[in-house]
Amino acid sequence: MRVRAQIGKVLNLDKCIGCHTCSVTCKNVWTTRDGVEYAWFNNVETKPGTGYPTDWENQKRWNGGWARSASGKLHPKQGSKWRILANIFANPDLPEIDDYYEPFDFDYDHLKSAPEMQAFPTARPRSRITGERMEKIEKGPNWEEILGGEFSKRSADYNFEDVQKEIYGEYENTFMMYLPRLCEHCLNPTCSASCPSGAIYKREEDGIVLIDQEKCRGWRMCISGCPYKKIYYNWESGKSEKCTFCYPRIESGQPTVCSETCVGRIRYLGVILYDADKIEAAASAERETDLYGAQMDVFLDPNDPEVIAAARRDGIPEDWIEAAKISPVWKMAMDWKVAFPLHPEYRTLPMVWYIPPLSPIQNAAQAGQIAMSDQMPDVRSLRIPVKYLANMLTAGDEEPIVHALERMSAMRLYMRALSVDGVRDEGIAARVGMSGRMIEDMYKIMAIADYEDRFAIPTAHREQTEDGADIRGGCGFTDGNGCSSGTSGKTTMFGGKKKSFALPTETF
Amino acid sequence: MLPDFDINFLIFGILPYAVLAVALIGTIARYERDPFTWKTSSSQLLRRKQLMWGSVLFHGGIIVLFFGHLIGLFTPVWVLDVLGIPYGLKQWIAVLLGGTAGIVAFVGASMLLHRRLFDARIRVNSSFADIAILVALWLQIVVGLGTIILTLEHMDGSEMVRFMTWSQSVMTLQINAWLQVINVHWLYKVHILLGMVIVAAFPFTRLVHMLSVPIRYVTLRPGYQVVRSRRRRPLEERRRAFDKIEGKTRRPAAPTAAE
Repeated sequence: MRVRAQIGKVLNLDKCIGCHTCSVTCKNVWTTRDGVEYAWFNNVETKPGTGYPTDWENQKRWNGGWARSASGKLHPKQGSKWRILANIFANPDLPEIDDYYEPFDFDYDHLKSAPEMQAFPTARPRSRITGERMEKIEKGPNWEEILGGEFSKRSADYNFEDVQKEIYGEYENTFMMYLPRLCEHCLNPTCSASCPSGAIYKREEDGIVLIDQEKCRGWRMCISGCPYKKIYYNWESGKSEKCTFCYPRIESGQPTVCSETCVGRIRYLGVILYDADKIEAAASAERETDLYGAQMDVFLDPNDPEVIAAARRDGIPEDWIEAAKISPVWKMAMDWKVAFPLHPEYRTLPMVWYIPPLSPIQNAAQAGQIAMSDQMPDVRSLRIPVKYLANMLTAGDEEPIVHALERMSAMRLYMRALSVDGVRDEGIAARVGMSGRMIEDMYKIMAIADYEDRFAIPTAHREQTEDGADIRGGCGFTDGNGCSSGTSGKTTMFGGKKKSFALPTETF
Repeated sequence: MLPDFDINFLIFGILPYAVLAVALIGTIARYERDPFTWKTSSSQLLRRKQLMWGSVLFHGGIIVLFFGHLIGLFTPVWVLDVLGIPYGLKQWIAVLLGGTAGIVAFVGASMLLHRRLFDARIRVNSSFADIAILVALWLQIVVGLGTIILTLEHMDGSEMVRFMTWSQSVMTLQINAWLQVINVHWLYKVHILLGMVIVAAFPFTRLVHMLSVPIRYVTLRPGYQVVRSRRRRPLEERRRAFDKIEGKTRRPAAPTAAE
């Protein structure tokens, strides 16, 4: 057993209202620079839809993630090491920027500087790549917002596999949900495996996957390696960039910007202990439907004395072990089993998990005939097909999804009984294999979702990584040339020009 | 002042050393001072068209040409004698191999140059160095192909031996190296001069990415994953220290191979 800790994440899709606050705050912090206008480290997609970049889930097209050979060994789906090197001059699996969208801006200045003219001045779009006028915007980061566009196009959605999708194109049967997406900070990331320079790495201390900007040479294999298309090539700096999980905030115990600002309070952060020795076997599970279970086997129970002893021995700090015990991520993924990994079939063992959404009962007009089983609505008759959710979250296995949706609707029934009738109906809890106490805890964390319950983030232990005496007189946070005063190149990591110090001048 | 001064001495006697010094010092300085700028500057994301074929053909051709010149010019002449390879035969190999690779590289470079100059997305996002180095390489390939036509007129290999002797004499610091190439056709001289310009420009362009060929990816990296630790003590050491404090006997070490 080799114990490591990761700050994991859960998104409760049942409560996502699609307001895009996460995307906007993330963008304002991280990707307002030249070359990454088109990049959204966090984006929210309307489902069913083909997403951003278009059709990203279709790995027959992009060859992201891992492939399992007949002998049971894994290699990146785009090819093993030699194959990746052979494609280095031209990567056949790389999306073009038009697969995301051509970044644009508007001529806002024209609104105030236009001369007197007959027509009202307008702000017309301009390409951020060429600076030329764009006659028509063909695509954007959220082109299918609220089911925008015709169903025939949106139904190319990969999650419709094995679903009779035609009826969902009808107005009466349509359904909709939001899917906020960010880097999954996988246990078995294909981006880092595909990087010929070894610039992408997973941090041992907190599991965050980062790109070393000085080591990245722009071979662009990570972009096609990542099945979630969450690595973006900065066409201005020639380097790849990705979601950093706001590591400076995480290190100081704060939630990521997207989580902090989520108005629906759907985002949870907490410590997950895992056994690094089990990763390879779990990711190589033979059947795709076994991958969800295999990943849960990699996680270690923070209340198990043996795990605690091993964690201490491997240098997991005491407050991290304590945080793992109260981790909301552990509770939702492991105790209640209501959270699932996004597309486990990619074999990357993602660490951002999702709670599937409940939805209204089909044909509510036939209210008298709602399919009920055991006094509870049959979750298989919900508007969002269970198979659709299963294709997204469990590689097509419907049982775990049904189980989770039943627990979530049981929580509603139980709490209604408690708050309306004043009755603690243990029967409801028992039917879904829970106790009243568990359901009340679940309600507190998932429905009320107080700040303190959503985030249990221990701070980084700098005393383990550096000696305070060594950094005395250091130059703090820098990029590019470190403390050198020279200016090279026009890009800095954080936008704008490099500033030189203004030294106080003496006045007489 | 220098009545018998010969421009050939400056170009083929002195310039090679200046060029090598600039290339070497410049490359080290850039790597040390500004590693963030060390990159391929790929533009594939912006435009796939013409890059797929252009880049593959160009790189395939140019790599053969690069190593062809390296091996061809710097193999000592006596090695040929010992192995009993006639100079004419070596020249035929050079002409056939170089000619083929040259045509392949020419097609690729032409596609890339056309794309860089006439595709608005690529043009706007090209620096002066990006365009200049591609033009220089394209010209160099054209001149190189031109010299092949000249070469076909004298296939005895004597001209080739002159260039071998020149490059090797430059490397062994022989001040009279330039005399070797003083009487060759001007097209050869242009080829050499342009070659030196490209070498001198090396550290200031995207060409530096050729030093970062990711050989270690397939040779040295065990498995696929990269995990970095900022902890000052590695896992085994942490475990030993822990066991010492706890007074336990050392348990069998868990395998720590990369997953």
